[in-house]
Amino acid sequence: MFALTLRRQLHRSLPPLTRGLAQLTQTDIDHFLTLLPPSSVRASLAPGTSTPADLEGYNTDWMGKYIGGSRCVLTPKTTEEVSKAMGYCFERGLGVVPQGGNTGLVGGGTPTGEDQVVISLSQMNRIRSFNPSSGVLTADAGCVLQSLATFLASEGYTMPLDLGAKGSCQIGGNISTNAGGLRMVRYGSLHANVLGLEVVMPDGRVLNGLRGLRKDNTGYHLQHLFVGAEGTLGVVTGVSLLTPVLSPSVNLALLRLPDYAAVLRVFGKLKHSLGEILSAVEYFDETAWAVVSGDGAQGEEVERQVFGAEHVPKGVNMLIETSGSVAEHDEAKLSSLLEELLEGPDVLTGSLAQDETQLARMWELREGIAEACGKAGKVYKYDVSVPIQEWQNVLDTLRARAKKSGGRIERVVGFGHIGDGNLHINVVCGAYGKEVEQLLEPFMFELVASKNGSISAEHGLGVQKAKYIGYSKTPLEVELMRSIKHAFDLKGIMNPGKVILPASEVVH
Amino acid sequence: MRPSPRSLIRILVPVKRCVDYAVKIRVNAQQTGIDTNVKHSMNPFDEIAVEEAVRLRQKFTSKIEQVTAISIGTAKSQETLRTALAMGADTALHVEVPESGSETLEPLSVAKVLRAVVAKKGPFDLVILGKQAIDDDYGQTGQMLAGLLGWGQATYASGVELDLDKGWADVTREVDEGSELVRVRLPAVITTDLRLNQPRYASLPNIMKAKKKPLEKLTPQDLGVDITPQLEILKVEEPKKRVGGQKVKDVDELVEKLKEAGVLPGV
Repeated sequence: MFALTLRRQLHRSLPPLTRGLAQLTQTDIDHFLTLLPPSSVRASLAPGTSTPADLEGYNTDWMGKYIGGSRCVLTPKTTEEVSKAMGYCFERGLGVVPQGGNTGLVGGGTPTGEDQVVISLSQMNRIRSFNPSSGVLTADAGCVLQSLATFLASEGYTMPLDLGAKGSCQIGGNISTNAGGLRMVRYGSLHANVLGLEVVMPDGRVLNGLRGLRKDNTGYHLQHLFVGAEGTLGVVTGVSLLTPVLSPSVNLALLRLPDYAAVLRVFGKLKHSLGEILSAVEYFDETAWAVVSGDGAQGEEVERQVFGAEHVPKGVNMLIETSGSVAEHDEAKLSSLLEELLEGPDVLTGSLAQDETQLARMWELREGIAEACGKAGKVYKYDVSVPIQEWQNVLDTLRARAKKSGGRIERVVGFGHIGDGNLHINVVCGAYGKEVEQLLEPFMFELVASKNGSISAEHGLGVQKAKYIGYSKTPLEVELMRSIKHAFDLKGIMNPGKVILPASEVVH
Repeated sequence: MRPSPRSLIRILVPVKRCVDYAVKIRVNAQQTGIDTNVKHSMNPFDEIAVEEAVRLRQKFTSKIEQVTAISIGTAKSQETLRTALAMGADTALHVEVPESGSETLEPLSVAKVLRAVVAKKGPFDLVILGKQAIDDDYGQTGQMLAGLLGWGQATYASGVELDLDKGWADVTREVDEGSELVRVRLPAVITTDLRLNQPRYASLPNIMKAKKKPLEKLTPQDLGVDITPQLEILKVEEPKKRVGGQKVKDVDELVEKLKEAGVLPGV
């Protein structure tokens, strides 16, 4: 098929420049230098003095899978600078790629052509204000998630989302991808917590929606279109976010269960017994344990320490976190549930974190899986929403398929946010290659579609999955999305080649 | 006269509830101490002590009669004792101290209480505790206790080899120059250093079992110990913030800067 032939090489050669966009010229660089201070303009095209190596970080994604060739990166410090830059690019018809922490997993944050201009929000990292009685935080889009969490902690609040990339990802990027993360089961998605956005439109006009109001039913709720739009409708420059109170009492339990069927039964009980204090429920199977703590003896050593036992039975794992206001109450609820579970056949053993260090170490076992897979080889990532009853079925089906790879597929690692039905599958190979890719895609997408699931639960479509949108959305839905894209971005300059593609480029 | 080696060994493990290792320590507003309105957990060096005692229990099985955890502190210290029980200690003792008294509890007072416990609840053959608490860093309790008891001591242990037949322990100590091997006869006090072991986490089955393990409550009065502090803390303040350094381009500039700073002798 036409779309698949594009993805042949080891270093992905990306889709051709979207028709109608301008070529970057020296005049453009000159102009950017009149709009922004020289330190905010990095160009490898004269009169810029950067080398391609200087721009490599902006041109390469976190996985090293998507490599762009942009020759101009702007790092504005204010919304006004973003507005002026966008206005100029719109006038010229230059493609623009908004970029946050560059931790995206579907190639949505890196350029697809050498004439595209990267606008990095990294220098826009001020916390604008915080209201301690309402918990409403107003911040620049370039604020790193972890630094916002640290600031909020000093006020007795916390961010409503948390993910492994917290040390690098920025809130603007989180919003643009509608990042889910570990605490969605408790605090809901960004759609629930974003009260307003400040967005620079493709034509440079500034949309100021930062009212910070909990309730405002005066017309269409535009901010929701930008949440999850992956930078294709405008550049998010500021956010008004509702933040929850930081719970003083946090408990983390690690459980070892015999098989996935037991996991489902335990999950059912969790919701009833711990309902209001449950703040995270994560699943990771034996393959995930092996990749993150080591194969064989090394992994067993970690098991002994973390489960606090000489002999730890083999099986799958769950991490359960509770967050509440009164320690004694939470401990009583958790304790009585765990006692009941231990007496039954569903939980073989487990442990409870006794201090902050142990808490962090247990989380590392789950949060470190993606990185461990990346170190173990080249990874094909699948991030899907399917009913939790289907998870084992999906993994088994994929593993059976993987046997046909002639050894190219080394591991199929399964883990996910069982609390919200989001399964992650990391297929680890020795190298990226056409044979493996064709074995996996569109097989995976067809499998997910057959379960009426989503082919991208939280990572987004970016470049990687844009052409497969048809597996999760109907033609009418895609048609309406195209109208919105056209209405907001008349010249198609916002993040070209991502998310919403022309009909001819989508796989049906 | 040295007591002859006993056939069944009893181990006492003092554990302290202190500010959690991951919490950033801040001086309180009155400058009388640190802000204690933060997460607390078992002193990490004491965790290592509990782990060592439990490992000895597992290695010597029937030769070790019991491992007793003890904590001197407010009611909240019971959480720490429960962790020790969940790690494998057999029994726990809580010497309760009122809230006001706990802030001024000194190593000497703790050592006196432990001496009284050894006398009243003993005999004990081995007392293993952390080399220091991470909130006050005194590092004195183990040594003072050994002195009060008249026992041998092996501090900063990074390795412990117990020979119950001979009645001694070969302890590798962490010292500035490297490590030192000492042989100390039982009964003895051993204080633990970081490299001794990696403490296990509290397993759920053990946490459940721990609920049924005995936890006895005492007061310093019951033991006839006066814990009135001998020291008065006058002031606690944070160290001065480090000022940024400077790069110099060559030796001449270095010498000039050193002269300016007035640190060259005779200049």
